[in-house]
Amino acid sequence: MGKTLAEKILSEKSGTEARAGDIVVAQVDLGFIQDTTGPLTVRQFREAGFRKVSGSLRTAVFLDHAVPSPNRELANDHLFLREFVRDTDCFFSDVGGGISHQLVAESLARPGDLIIGSDSHTVTAGGLGAFACGMGSTDVAVIFHLGKTWLRVPESIGVSVSGQFPEVVSGKDLILHLIGLIGADGATYQSLEFGGESVSRMSVSQRLTVANMAIEAGAKVGLFPADDITQEYLAAQGRAGDYRPLFPDEDAAYVRTVAINAARLEPMVARPHTVDNVVPARELKGTKIQQVYIGTCTNGRLEDIEVAARILKGKKRHPETRLMVLPASRAVLQAAIAAGFIETLLQAGAVILPPGCGACLGLHQGVLGDGENCLTTANRNFKGRMGNSEAFVYLGSPATAAASAITGEITDPREFR
Amino acid sequence: MLKGRVHKYGANVDTDAIIPARYLNVSEPEELARHCMEDIDTEFVNRVRPGDVIVATTNFGCGSSREHAPLAIKASGVSCVIAGSFARIFFRNAINIGLPLLECNEAVDGTEAGDELEVELASGTIRNLTRGTEFTAKPYPEFMSELIAAGGLIEHTRQRLSNRRT
Repeated sequence: MGKTLAEKILSEKSGTEARAGDIVVAQVDLGFIQDTTGPLTVRQFREAGFRKVSGSLRTAVFLDHAVPSPNRELANDHLFLREFVRDTDCFFSDVGGGISHQLVAESLARPGDLIIGSDSHTVTAGGLGAFACGMGSTDVAVIFHLGKTWLRVPESIGVSVSGQFPEVVSGKDLILHLIGLIGADGATYQSLEFGGESVSRMSVSQRLTVANMAIEAGAKVGLFPADDITQEYLAAQGRAGDYRPLFPDEDAAYVRTVAINAARLEPMVARPHTVDNVVPARELKGTKIQQVYIGTCTNGRLEDIEVAARILKGKKRHPETRLMVLPASRAVLQAAIAAGFIETLLQAGAVILPPGCGACLGLHQGVLGDGENCLTTANRNFKGRMGNSEAFVYLGSPATAAASAITGEITDPREFR
Repeated sequence: MLKGRVHKYGANVDTDAIIPARYLNVSEPEELARHCMEDIDTEFVNRVRPGDVIVATTNFGCGSSREHAPLAIKASGVSCVIAGSFARIFFRNAINIGLPLLECNEAVDGTEAGDELEVELASGTIRNLTRGTEFTAKPYPEFMSELIAAGGLIEHTRQRLSNRRT
């Protein structure tokens, strides 16, 4: 019997014939923390009496959730983490570098790696064929010291995508459609593995978007094969040597398969307050939007900003709709400036925020007012998520967000073709 | 033996609901507990008593990897959480910090807010004293039982490292 991507990677990392359901102890290639969960990792690390970070894995610290710091307490957390970096020699990205998941994709993740971060959206790197999975602060503290962790090998759901994506329909619409179909716990404890002829044409940027939201269906990991497109992406980052092809075996066993015809997808939106509350954007026409948010680890890449800029070119945001754009990393911001997208967005009335998580988790930079609606390209619309339990968060693609910024209400971007 | 009254919730209680991100810079569990559930149930912190049990339907603890969520629940005095299912990162975090979780659909269906429960963790036995009913939760995988017996992941790792040295 052949192996799924999850079984292949965990077999290699554990030195066993890992099969779904087995519990294995696996070598971790990259462990990382960020500024909201990282301080607890460091405290647990010290509480356990650990002094050294294991030399068997790469470790990283990212300041991205509250950057630049909005208050004294978070500024002190940043100080605490900088001090830990000085003591341990971890890879470090300070304020303004960008979101951990984007930087991991740009410079650290390799196909076949086992990556554990103290952030649930660590799954993003699955877009490059890495078994990337979020854990809590204590698990990562132990990983920093031991270089390994225990994992239950997940069963896999095979998602096969065929057909040509219609214009302005993207990976974001695909993953929202899938979560709407299987539910917010439809893949709990399992691996979501994507394949099919459409996937073999999908850009890494979109694969990262899809993998990023695997956790919103409860999945442990969202995995893509590593193929020619992965190779081109890594080469473009100056990391050609990090590539290796990685595919599931043809006779791998899946607990469930889901077939999606991309040609029949349309722009989708998740309504408050759960990610599986998904409907076509056109059904929400007339829903007024006070804030549009384009960015985050889900959709803050150059391709996303380009889509938004093309729709907003020569147009203005609706006077009652604030438009905020936050690139996922410094490199994305620089490329977006060089391509003229940032100028286009500024002319349309956008506020450009520094690379980071921004208001996605409600700490600063666009917290919502009572009764306000926000359409964001992020991944979560939980009650209170954007800092106010009296506000409403809708999730959509960069195209849907840009179109809605122009009209001031939720708008199917096909109206702006 | 754990004993307490039930606080009941529905599906998809996410970690932003358990503890909003605005409190993630708080390191004292007691302070986290003062804000537990505040965005979905403002009365929880006033109602909860030591030993009480949270009962929820499915996908409890979905969302962020914040370990502050099980820490806030534990520090609020809750002795265990019973649900039809848990999100996996939350499940792992709770075990790591020593908050017991039990999966049992029947107990969830047969329990209402305010009922008094008695829970025997070792056997997974859940008794509803208010209704005179009894349920058995799914047993933990053996590896997880070891973690729980050791008192969480940090203790488990410490013990293994010191055994190796001796």
